[in-house]
Amino acid sequence: MSFNVRKFWSGNIAVAEGALAAGVDFYAGYPITPSSEIMEHMARELPKRGGIFFQAEDEIASIFMLIGASWAEAKPMTATSGPGFSLMQEGLGIAVMTETPLLVVDVMRAGPGTGQASKAAQGDLLQARWGRHGDQIIPVFAPSSVQECFELTVFAVNVAEELRTPVILLSDELLAHTWETVRVPKEVERAERPRPKDHEPPFGSADPRRAPPMPRLGEGHALLVTASTHDPWGLRQTSDPAVHRELVERLWAKIWLNREKLSRYEAVGVEEAEVGIVAYGSVARSALAARKLLEGRVRVGVVVLKTLWPFPEEPLAELAQRARAVLVPELSLGQLVWDVERVAKGSCPVVRFPKVGGGIPIYPEELAERVVEVAK
Amino acid sequence: MSGHPLHRFLRPEALPTTFCPGCGNGLVAGALLRALRRASLNLEKTVFVAGIGCAAWIPSPHFRADSLHVAHGRAIPTAFGIKLRRPELNVIVIGGDGDIAGIGGNHLIHAARRNADLLVIMVNNLVYAMTGGQVGPTTPHGLPTSTTPYGNPEHPMDVARVVAAAGANYVARWTTAHLGALEKALVKALGREGFRFVEVVSQCPARVGGRLAMSPVEAMKWLRARAKPIGRVGPEEIEVGEFADLDRPGLLKILGEKRDG
Repeated sequence: MSFNVRKFWSGNIAVAEGALAAGVDFYAGYPITPSSEIMEHMARELPKRGGIFFQAEDEIASIFMLIGASWAEAKPMTATSGPGFSLMQEGLGIAVMTETPLLVVDVMRAGPGTGQASKAAQGDLLQARWGRHGDQIIPVFAPSSVQECFELTVFAVNVAEELRTPVILLSDELLAHTWETVRVPKEVERAERPRPKDHEPPFGSADPRRAPPMPRLGEGHALLVTASTHDPWGLRQTSDPAVHRELVERLWAKIWLNREKLSRYEAVGVEEAEVGIVAYGSVARSALAARKLLEGRVRVGVVVLKTLWPFPEEPLAELAQRARAVLVPELSLGQLVWDVERVAKGSCPVVRFPKVGGGIPIYPEELAERVVEVAK
Repeated sequence: MSGHPLHRFLRPEALPTTFCPGCGNGLVAGALLRALRRASLNLEKTVFVAGIGCAAWIPSPHFRADSLHVAHGRAIPTAFGIKLRRPELNVIVIGGDGDIAGIGGNHLIHAARRNADLLVIMVNNLVYAMTGGQVGPTTPHGLPTSTTPYGNPEHPMDVARVVAAAGANYVARWTTAHLGALEKALVKALGREGFRFVEVVSQCPARVGGRLAMSPVEAMKWLRARAKPIGRVGPEEIEVGEFADLDRPGLLKILGEKRDG
């Protein structure tokens, strides 16, 4: 990548700019803090670039407009926060089943319920993963800097296109409203969804790693798109168990078998680590800062996760092998820690560091203090 | 397969239909297909969008055209997402009263308010039929259903009037006993821009007729007898006719002018 522009952006603006750079040309949404700046930015920028911006009557309508627009060849996205994200689960499930590319950004705020509207939290991790009914998998990514807000949004849009899937980007209020310098590349690589060459089934693929080709509307395909169980041609099959099994397994495999390709993380000082820290989002910044504070006292290895689902297991398994203990700081009662415990498989103690502060970050000092205790 | 002139609009693999004997959906489908033919609409450039319910199955999978079959209540926003991005396509929503006016009621009102360029056909069979005949937003007061075994304590929504009040360009209501008028209304609606809404009150032999011991033919006679022109209805009668017939610019035209200007 050749970088030729420096911008001073907030996390929310960088997400919007990343989406535009990736070719997002359709936004439908409903206002909710702390995500609103993404929507306002798109409302200004999309019409200038020939794109479409639409403010819907609610978050449910927003995500279904994305589904319609995506079938009408748009690269669509929306952004929301906690309560809106809950409403969008319905549409996300439909997008999984119909293999509809789209991006949902959830700027996490303190819940449950309406919680504290504009205070940072990380309580939506497991909802992003399991919020829909039925067996399904949606890739989830999480930036931890404004630069990554730009880059991971580009990546997320490309993954959505290439694998014909909804994708979730988890940001949080602290990151959304942090302003940093972003190096903006002149051009970014854009993926395009697969298209049928001739008469190929739009919902079947011989290679389970690949998304089936997505036909265009209005070209005489007599396309059948349904969120009910369907055969490779889209014909509804509501009673054949084999058709259901084949479809659900293929939709899962399409993401799961690509997990190495989707896996993004940053491992710092893992090889010499006495104590490990695993974190994502704004909390990862505190983890890296705590590592610096402890230089010369405790050797800290940090794994910053940027892909949250499918879960990157290798770097965590390695950290757990090398460190005496692994600390998992998160702005929730403990959601990420379950995965870390699962992957560590008892090779070292996994220590929770939950904080539900309604917007209060995990400070590097308190994290460093805990590391010293754990290192003893 | 016979040489019926409408068969070219249907998928042979979807026939015979799964609709119950005597269901009004076949009559609505016939009226719509005849209207499409009369309006010379290119079916290749037409997309049908449906939610969940018996009426949602009219286009998906029966019609040999592009169709999206999405979540209960969400056909209208899905359809408008398509229309916003591909304005040259004709986008038609078909659904039942529970789908369109119940769970999707908010989308319906706002699409009408915006004069969003869609044709929405609502087949009103008075109940949630697919799930077993439960009470719905259009069930007449007092009608027993599987979840109001002692009679519906609520009053029904006059959906056509609500949609007209919300700002739709064209609103009509007919019944399956008025197929000629229905077809004319559909042809008119197909030729308009903005939001167009056609309600068809229909018989449900399985979930309403069964409970009332009323055959499909008796139900259609009942519909015909109770249908009265606008402004001349008594209690427990069905007001039929055109509730809105405007020619305001559709939302897409306004959005286009904004973009160009």
